[in-house]
Amino acid sequence: MTGKQIAEELARTRLEDGADRDSVDHTGKRGKIVKPKKRKTVTGERILSVQDLHVTFNTYGGTVQAVRGVNFDLYKGETLAIVGESGCGKSVTSNAIMGLIQQPPGKISSKGVHFKTQDLTKLSKKEMRKIQGVDISMIFQDPMTALNPTLTIGEQLTEGVKQHKKLSKAEAKERAIDMLKLVGIPNPEERLKQYPHQFSGGMRQRIVIAIALICEPELLIADEPTTALDVTIQAQILELFEEIQEKTGVSIILITHDLGVVAKIADRIAVMYAGKVIETGDKREIFYNPQHPYTKGLLTSVPRLDLAGGELKPIDGTPPDLFAPPTGCPFAARCPFSMDVCMNVYPEVTTLSDTHKVDCWLQDPRAQKLIDEQAFAR
Amino acid sequence: MGKYILKRFLMMLVTIFIIATLTFFLMHAVPGSPLESDRNTNETVQANLERFYKLDQPLHIQYLSYMQSIVTFDFGPSIKDPNRTVNELLARGFPISFELGIITILVAVVSGIILGTMAALRHNKMIDYAAMAFAVIGISIPNFVLATVLIQQLAVNWNIFPPATWTSPMHMVLPVLALATGPMAIIARLTRSSMLEVLTQDYIKMARAKGIKPMRIVLRHALRNALMPVVTIMGTLLAGILTGTFVIEKIFAIPGMGKYFVDSINNRDYPVIMGTTVFYSAFLIFMLFLVDIVYGILDPRIKLHKKEGDV
Ligand SMILES: Nc1ncnc2c1ncn2[C@@H]1O[C@H](COP(=O)(O)OP(=O)(O)OP(=O)(O)O)[C@@H](O)[C@H]1O
Ligand code: SF4
Ligand SMILES: [Mg+2]
Repeated sequence: MTGKQIAEELARTRLEDGADRDSVDHTGKRGKIVKPKKRKTVTGERILSVQDLHVTFNTYGGTVQAVRGVNFDLYKGETLAIVGESGCGKSVTSNAIMGLIQQPPGKISSKGVHFKTQDLTKLSKKEMRKIQGVDISMIFQDPMTALNPTLTIGEQLTEGVKQHKKLSKAEAKERAIDMLKLVGIPNPEERLKQYPHQFSGGMRQRIVIAIALICEPELLIADEPTTALDVTIQAQILELFEEIQEKTGVSIILITHDLGVVAKIADRIAVMYAGKVIETGDKREIFYNPQHPYTKGLLTSVPRLDLAGGELKPIDGTPPDLFAPPTGCPFAARCPFSMDVCMNVYPEVTTLSDTHKVDCWLQDPRAQKLIDEQAFAR
Repeated sequence: MGKYILKRFLMMLVTIFIIATLTFFLMHAVPGSPLESDRNTNETVQANLERFYKLDQPLHIQYLSYMQSIVTFDFGPSIKDPNRTVNELLARGFPISFELGIITILVAVVSGIILGTMAALRHNKMIDYAAMAFAVIGISIPNFVLATVLIQQLAVNWNIFPPATWTSPMHMVLPVLALATGPMAIIARLTRSSMLEVLTQDYIKMARAKGIKPMRIVLRHALRNALMPVVTIMGTLLAGILTGTFVIEKIFAIPGMGKYFVDSINNRDYPVIMGTTVFYSAFLIFMLFLVDIVYGILDPRIKLHKKEGDV
């Protein structure tokens, strides 16, 4: 597929995908559903499986329970978005997968973080380095600080392949030029000799993406990759993600609190709250049929272009203190449907479909009556 | 680049001119003269001598003739020791002082950086505490005190090193140690704090996420950034080491330039004062210039010379 064909294909799928509330698309147009969106090639192969991941940090003030039992799977070629309020543990989760948590003060425990067949939590630092940047790559939030100001971008691009793939200087350079072309940087040959300060923010994020992709990883973890960029650049970077995924089949974990971004490129969504994944489902399930009150609140607190004049309802209250998280549902203090049981016992996971799972007492049959009443009241 | 160096060179000349002028007037403002001594010299002899050294002439004429001597770099003979020219004194003393200074700088910079980096990498561990305790002591003890302690302990009591002079590498250990400890401690502390800060930067995290080997992360990614503040204070440290050589040369009886410089001031030996001062300042200014160049090499964002604009 040529770049042009890809661009056309992307434009078409986006138009067709009327389900998206595309706050990033600054034209404000909302496409009509002509026919069902052509599914991406998501083969059933599971490449990442996170089971009961816990991460705590020992601080002077006590122990922060940043991640408290996170479960999710990721399949080849798909994009999983992790969303949630600031401080809910998104970055800590991704850093833990990536092996970037300093221990101490951090402490990780889990029933396994399997990348394909390997349990990442069982690897030594040295073994982990063979995976970091090779099989799993990471993209950081702020491209202004993610690049080393004193090294040329050529060196920052090539050092990984040189070390991991034992490429010669010339081969590595050729590879770097190809990567810069892939991420859309003109004059790659000359650009290699330049330093980060000679690039704009959007360009730097493209370079960061090129660095992440140069060893052809199977999993890309992007921690708020567009938050630091302005809106038009955001849209370009997201398109780049889609294009790259199409070309390379890389699986992406996208961390964000921008639901516009999620709507645009995610296949599945995991909603995190206070160190737990409280609801997960594919994009349509989460956007059209959210079950967890927090997810519902999150969706109504997003500005929508298609609901001009509709009021914005931020969720009242603040997330719980992670030094002493509640034993029951962490959302209970803010939840309009909160019941006695919610305060004391954490809800078990309810499976609504193959993909859609939610942790909420409202799914319990005994709560059904209450739901009806509430729904009626609304 | 050529233009930048030319500009810096011209500024150097102006600075030296100002220093020379200040030195000249200060040294004449100080009471006393090179020809004063305990002996009662005959009036005519005194007058003859003054005429010979042009000390009888108005100040501005003397000033001009000194300026001329600087431009031609020929300071004439010393007044106290007329058998030697100032140039001879410089030629004899400078290599020794230079050796002392350069070895001190190298020792201070290299060991300071290593110590600071190790402390940062073992943050809040034994090495860190030990290095920082050592640094605090090193900063607080003046070099002349350290020098006497070293001589007393290592030379007199334990007889490990010779106590004075500058004749073999063994002779160099104590003076260099006495002179280098202070700057080394300063560099170590600065390197440590700056390294600790750099290690928390996103680009270090990114390098880790790329699976780069820890050694390379420290040496290639962190150290260069961490050294910027160290380079910034190098100017001050160099000046400190330079003045430190006066004292250390005196204590260890090292026949460097410092001895002539101090003696010449005591004797009001005008040509020697002018010669050594101008020479010292020119040298220091040149070193500061080198520091700026190093800074430009370390940090590509600092442009010493304008090239193509940013994109
Ligand atoms: N190194 C650390 N030491 C102590 N606490 C930490 C550390 N790293 C993270 N935390 C805590 O863990 C919790 C989760 O942080 P995390 O960075 O994962 O949030 P996030 O979901 O990424 O938020 P944001 O959207 O602001 O990036 C926070 O309460 C944070 O204070
Ligand atoms: S478990 Fe209870 S408190 Fe928690 S979200 Fe569901 S209803 Fe609300
Ligand atoms: Mg974060």
